[in-house]
Amino acid sequence: MPDLAWILPYDPSPLALVAFALTAAGYAWAAANLPPGAGPGWLRQLTFWLGLALCYAVMQTRFDYYAQYMFFVHRGQHLVLHHLGPFLMVLSNPLPVLRYWHGRLPAGLRRRARPLILAYRVLQHPVVAPVLFVGLIYLWLWPPVHFVAMLSRPLYWLMNTSMLVDGLLFWWLVLDPRSPWSATGQRVAGVLGYGRRILILALVAIPQMALGAWIVFSQGTVYDVYEVCGRAWPMAPATDQLLGGLLTWIPPAMMSVLGILLLVRRALHDDARRHAPYLTEAPLP
Amino acid sequence: MTKPITRFPTPEHTARPGLSRWRAGFGCGSGLGLILLLALAGCSGQEATWHGTRLDGLMPPLAFELTDTQGRTVTASDSAGQLRLLFFGYTSCPDVCPTTLADLQGALRALPEAQRARYRVLFVSVDPNRDTPARLAAYTGAFGPGIQGLTGTDAQLRALARRYRTTFGYGDADAAGQYEVSHSSAVYAFDGQGKARLLLQPARLGSKALQEDLATLARR
Repeated sequence: MPDLAWILPYDPSPLALVAFALTAAGYAWAAANLPPGAGPGWLRQLTFWLGLALCYAVMQTRFDYYAQYMFFVHRGQHLVLHHLGPFLMVLSNPLPVLRYWHGRLPAGLRRRARPLILAYRVLQHPVVAPVLFVGLIYLWLWPPVHFVAMLSRPLYWLMNTSMLVDGLLFWWLVLDPRSPWSATGQRVAGVLGYGRRILILALVAIPQMALGAWIVFSQGTVYDVYEVCGRAWPMAPATDQLLGGLLTWIPPAMMSVLGILLLVRRALHDDARRHAPYLTEAPLP
Repeated sequence: MTKPITRFPTPEHTARPGLSRWRAGFGCGSGLGLILLLALAGCSGQEATWHGTRLDGLMPPLAFELTDTQGRTVTASDSAGQLRLLFFGYTSCPDVCPTTLADLQGALRALPEAQRARYRVLFVSVDPNRDTPARLAAYTGAFGPGIQGLTGTDAQLRALARRYRTTFGYGDADAAGQYEVSHSSAVYAFDGQGKARLLLQPARLGSKALQEDLATLARR
C-alpha cells in the first residue's frame, strides 16, 4: 500500500477543515444551481478549484510540516497563501457565486453583518489595503515576531490565516471583476479605477523586493528560529535563508507584473467597448 | 469591434446594494486578526529581565512518555516540582550537543547549591537507533550528575518534538554508516508545575547570561 501520510495534515485544524469544506461545498453547489450562462465558465471554475486546492495543500498536508521547519518552504507557503492561491480564486470571478448565496441569506443575518461591512470598507480603502498587504508581510517577517510565531501554535495559525484572508481581500480589490466603467461610459461608484489598481500593484512590489533583497544579502542568520527548532533535514542555514529570500523577492514581484498585465488587458478591452461606436463609425483612413 | 463584450457585468449588477455585505465576510477575519495582534503587542511588557526568550503562554506544559537509560518508562510527573531543562540531541553529535551540555553544567555549577538542586537536565536523544541505553548513560554521565538521558520510539519522540514546535531529521549515511542528525539547538526551561518558561540558546547567550537566567528562574 502506498504511503499516504504526506497527504494527511501534519497539524490538523478542525476549523480550517470546516472552512475549506464549506467554501468548496458552497462554490460547487452555487456553480451547479446557477442558471445556465449566469455561472462561471469551466475555465474559471478550474481556476477557483486550483487556488483553493493550493491553499489547502500548503496548510493541511505534509507540506505544512516542511513549512514549519524550513525557512524557504515557509516562504513558499506564504507565497501561495498571500499571492498565488487568492490570486487564482479571485481570477475565477466568484461574484455570481457570492450573489447566489447573498440572495439566500436570512434578512436578520444581513442586518447583523453591518459592522462587518464597515470594517470591510475600511480594509478595502485604496490606501489601507496595500499598506495592510505589505505591513502583514513585514510584521510576520520581523525577526522577534517571526520567532514567537513559529514557536506558538496559536500564533502560527493566526499568521497563516491572516495571510490567506488578507491575500483574498487584496487581490479581490485589485482584480475586482467589475469594470469601473458602465456600458454607457459612466464611472461606476465603489469600483476602483484601473490606474489606481495598477499603481497599487506596482507600489506593493517595491517593499517586497526590498525585504527579499535584504534577506538574501544579510550576512548572518536573520531567522534563527529554524536553528532553534531544528530543520526538517540537515541543510546549511545560509542556503535556506538565500532560497527563502529569493522566494520573498522575485515571485511576489512577478505576481504584481502579472496582475498589471491582466489589468492593462482589461482596460484596453473596456476602452474598446466604450469607444466602440466611435471606432466603427469612423474607420481609420 | 461592435461585438459586445460580455465579460464585464452590466451596471444593474454592479449597482446591486448589499453585495458588499458578502465581501464584508472576508473583512471580519483580518479585522479580528489585527485586534489580536494589537493585544499581543500590548502584553509583551516584562517585569523581570531575561536574556533568553520567554515562553509564558506560548507553549503547552511539559508532558512526555520516554524511556530512561535503565529501560524504565519516564513521564513529566516523575520530575514534578523540579525545574526541568529539556534538550534534544544525540550522542554522536559533533558540536552542538556537547557544547550545550557543557555550558549548562557550567552555568548550573556556578549556582548556589540550593538553586542547583532544583534543576534537572533532560537530554532527549532523537537518534534511538544508535543511542542504546548504555551508550546514552555513558554519554550523560560524562557531563556530570543531574543529567537524565532519555529516548523513545520514533512516535514518542515525534510527539514530543511536535508539542514543542521542533523537529529532527536524518542525513544520508556515509560509508561507515554514520549520519548527521538535524535537531533543535535550544534548551526549553520548564518550572516545577511544568509550565514552559524560557527558551535558552546557550551558544548565543554566553555563560554569564545563561547563569543569570537560571538563577532568576530558580529564585521564583
